[in-house]
Amino acid sequence: MSDVADRVRKIVVEHLGVDEEKVTDNASFIDDLGADSLDTVELVMAFEEEFGIEIPDDAAETIQTFGDAVKFIKDAQ
Amino acid sequence: MGSELMRGKRGLIMGLANDKSIAWGIAKACADAGADLAFSYQGEALKKRVDPLAAQVGSSIVLPCDVATDESIDALFDELKEHWDRLDFLVHAIGFSDKSELRGRYVDTSRGNFAMSMDISVYSFTAVMQRAEKMMTEGGSAVTLTYYGAEQVMPHYNVMGVAKAALEASVRYMAEDLGKDGIRVNAISAGPIKTLAASGIGDFRYILKWNELNSPLRRNVTIEDVGGSALYLLSDLGSAVTGEVHHVDAGYHVVGMKAVDAPDIDVVTKRKEG
Repeated sequence: MSDVADRVRKIVVEHLGVDEEKVTDNASFIDDLGADSLDTVELVMAFEEEFGIEIPDDAAETIQTFGDAVKFIKDAQ
Repeated sequence: MGSELMRGKRGLIMGLANDKSIAWGIAKACADAGADLAFSYQGEALKKRVDPLAAQVGSSIVLPCDVATDESIDALFDELKEHWDRLDFLVHAIGFSDKSELRGRYVDTSRGNFAMSMDISVYSFTAVMQRAEKMMTEGGSAVTLTYYGAEQVMPHYNVMGVAKAALEASVRYMAEDLGKDGIRVNAISAGPIKTLAASGIGDFRYILKWNELNSPLRRNVTIEDVGGSALYLLSDLGSAVTGEVHHVDAGYHVVGMKAVDAPDIDVVTKRKEG
């Protein structure tokens, strides 16, 4: 398991208050992890801060799952 | 900041979204100085965020309000009166515009979004003060939040810049109307801060970097910075200040041109992103 995935998982677990085991690659923030539309914006802001990257709006809209987030951040680094 | 400055003062905070909110910086500063706080929120998604923050500052008065309707604002103040017989201060941290029009050209703003932006971002403060005035029986102080985009053209700020200009004008008119009753009305023009609301503004990271490199203090501002300045305006420290637009922007508003020592912005942002 990569460092990026661990750090993303930690943010997701803390922000959404979900069990770590639920945060799988295909877990959808909204459908599986109970995020609302503000959570998705807050998560993107938290990822930007943690990794020092910029996630533009159009890219943020494509980040639906935990796996999407990890992939985007790895590519951006 | 812990002091007795706000001991016994009761304030309503409108527009708190999360712990990144400017309203939170202000709420914390007031609570640390001994104020009692109440909060309003719009919708369940925000309630679940405001509840724990209110608890952190010892407040259990968390009330719904959609500033788009007079009925909802009336209901807010009716409920507030059941908790408090008097209000001393109010923070208005509310604005809204269709995100799709916070990029591109201002001239393309639609009639519908223009009206909505003005209604939620400008009129809501006036509508709220109509009710707050009646509860501020021993005088009071109100602060709203604006941005330099009201005075000068900022990329992407567009219709919000026009709305903030109107908001600043409304601060001056309300300062006159309410001054006779000892109620002061001011605005804080904060430098850019990465909040939930700011996430709707295009190229926000670039704006932050530009301000950091070119403001006299060579830094961005924090919600704690704004909290401190708001405390001055909301407390008796600011007792003869009204109708003011107070810049809390690391001095950026006095600058006329890029700082000599500021590197080329493209170089900076590309290096960071790359």
